[in-house]
Amino acid sequence: MNPTVKNTREPLFHVVKHAERSTKETVVLRLVAVLLSIVAGGLFILAIGQNPIAVYGTILEGSFRSQMAIQATIKFAIPLCICALGVTLAFKMKFWNVGGEGQLIMGAVFASFFALNFPNWNHWVLVIVMLLAGCIGGGLWGVLAAFFKVKWGTNETLLTLMLNYIALHLVSYLQAGPWRDPAANGFSKIARFDKNVALDKVFGVHFGWIIMLVLVAFVWIYLKKSKQGYEISVVGESQDTARYAGIDVKKVILRTMFISGAIAGLAGACQVSGSDMTLSMGVAGGVGFTAIIVAWLCQLNPAMILVVSFLFGVLEKGSSVVQSTFGLSSDCADVLQGIILFFILGSEFFVRYSFVGRSKKGVSR
Amino acid sequence: MDLFIKFLVAAIGAGTPLLFGTVGEILNEKVGHLNLGVEGMMAIGACAGFMGGYLSDNFMVALLCAFLAGMLAALIYAVLTVTFMANQNVAGLTMTIFGVGISNFIGVYMIEKAESGTLKLPAQVTQQMRSIQIPGLSDLPVVGPLLFSYNPFVYLGILVAALTGFYLYRTKTGLNVQAIGENPGAADAASIPVTKWKYFNILLGGGICGIGGAYCGMIINGGVWISNSVNGLGWIAVALVIFAAWKPHMAILGSFVFGALRVLKYYKVGFMVGMPDAFFDMLPFLITALVLIVTSMRGNKGAHIPAFLGNNYFREER
Repeated sequence: MNPTVKNTREPLFHVVKHAERSTKETVVLRLVAVLLSIVAGGLFILAIGQNPIAVYGTILEGSFRSQMAIQATIKFAIPLCICALGVTLAFKMKFWNVGGEGQLIMGAVFASFFALNFPNWNHWVLVIVMLLAGCIGGGLWGVLAAFFKVKWGTNETLLTLMLNYIALHLVSYLQAGPWRDPAANGFSKIARFDKNVALDKVFGVHFGWIIMLVLVAFVWIYLKKSKQGYEISVVGESQDTARYAGIDVKKVILRTMFISGAIAGLAGACQVSGSDMTLSMGVAGGVGFTAIIVAWLCQLNPAMILVVSFLFGVLEKGSSVVQSTFGLSSDCADVLQGIILFFILGSEFFVRYSFVGRSKKGVSR
Repeated sequence: MDLFIKFLVAAIGAGTPLLFGTVGEILNEKVGHLNLGVEGMMAIGACAGFMGGYLSDNFMVALLCAFLAGMLAALIYAVLTVTFMANQNVAGLTMTIFGVGISNFIGVYMIEKAESGTLKLPAQVTQQMRSIQIPGLSDLPVVGPLLFSYNPFVYLGILVAALTGFYLYRTKTGLNVQAIGENPGAADAASIPVTKWKYFNILLGGGICGIGGAYCGMIINGGVWISNSVNGLGWIAVALVIFAAWKPHMAILGSFVFGALRVLKYYKVGFMVGMPDAFFDMLPFLITALVLIVTSMRGNKGAHIPAFLGNNYFREER
């Protein structure tokens, strides 16, 4: 375009790649990022005229102050953790499943079908059927996107996104139409489930938390120790390599997306039968999106997902206390989560790259 | 006939926020960045636009606030994905969660501060953003309502889309910029300043999304602040980019078609009457999903997807 070199000055800094930092350095880097995000969040709180230390203190105190508060915190963490485990499987395969929200909703819908229609079944039969139905609902919703991906290469990010909203409006159809509670005069909402439906409580929290712990172990073993898990990583690294090694890539994608969706669907089933006791449009409430962030933040490590989900539960529960104490919206949980992830995303750069400033003498080329 | 004209007018109104979002996202995708933060940037624009109008009582100030806020949000995204080469999907999603969160948060904060317990745009700004009436022209039958009866956002949206189309397809800079989305390495070798134009496009796109958000915040709820006013429109905009085949002038058509889908439930005729509202709410998403599938079935022929979309560019690895 321009035959003469116009710009002879070296830029102020440029980026160089180096060997990946050691685990210790990476951990320090991430801690610094988290620390900086807490400072940035504090500045934000300061900017709206509140005392950051008081607000942060309230978040911590609010989520641990009593047995009930801790139970509520765990209740927040359960769907988030389960859903994050689900998307982890897809992400490992570099399949951008951003449809956790929709898969969770479909799981909730399938489970609610049994909760509403067969409340008199034997309790354990009903619970098991509901949880299985949740898996199938979420799994089918996940496999739908995978089907078009393997068949025609349809962009999975956008398709799973659309499926989220299709599922959401399906719930709005159900609550205004066939599943509408006639007793709620005028309101379109779904009736509260029968007591027989409720998941049993263990240590004061519905046993979804046990499912969550089992799933953490399952996903870890599945990814690290099983043949199928290995296939997932190979497909994620390079589909050509996978094909060369004789792996049926299409089958792996379909199977993995079914499991990924099924896990998210299980979260939905637990949410309606353990926590909400009804199906509403708020059943997922953004959990499916936050789960993606959690999974990424933890670099798809199941144990870390458990820890971070709990911490996000603290943020959620704490923010609801902040709402009542300071009159601030509980949306501040989302704001803080966003800030934390911005910093973590930024810090990842320094694991592999650094900035090199312009040298005074000029660079010998 | 009267009803049909009313329907078209409503469709164009409902399509306008989508138009801004779509054009903003096209600018992003043309430099290879799949920005999933449109919803968030629009939410931030909604808040900034509304609060700007609320505090200043001036429509231009409101627009400027929305534009700058959208740009500021896009700056975060640009720093993360262009300079720090972070994963675009995750950065965009984070922007959406952050943007919707902070928008609702500030809304509640302002409501708490307001004495009346609600936020309503003051009289002058409401006057300024009202539909423009041109004496004589607006009173014409059919043509009057169809062409000369809209609020300023609608005309601004079409203007922005047309100018963006001109910039991308009719200027040398625009063609260079498109090369970045196709092959940044080659563009770099041809001494096109890749980083500079990536920032330029992403920031400009963010500002345009912000104005689309201002439509949601200020117009959709009739000048009263209600949380979540963007409510998924940003996602439809992301999808509309595909529908519009990455062309701003097609985005004008596409957003009005999708606007029509959004308002269809208020204008049911014939066989539609018995169908539930939820189905109509679902329709834009359902059709987008179908468009996605159909274009992929045709092997993405004529889809004009930028070849490098979704990948970050690191000079030393070209």
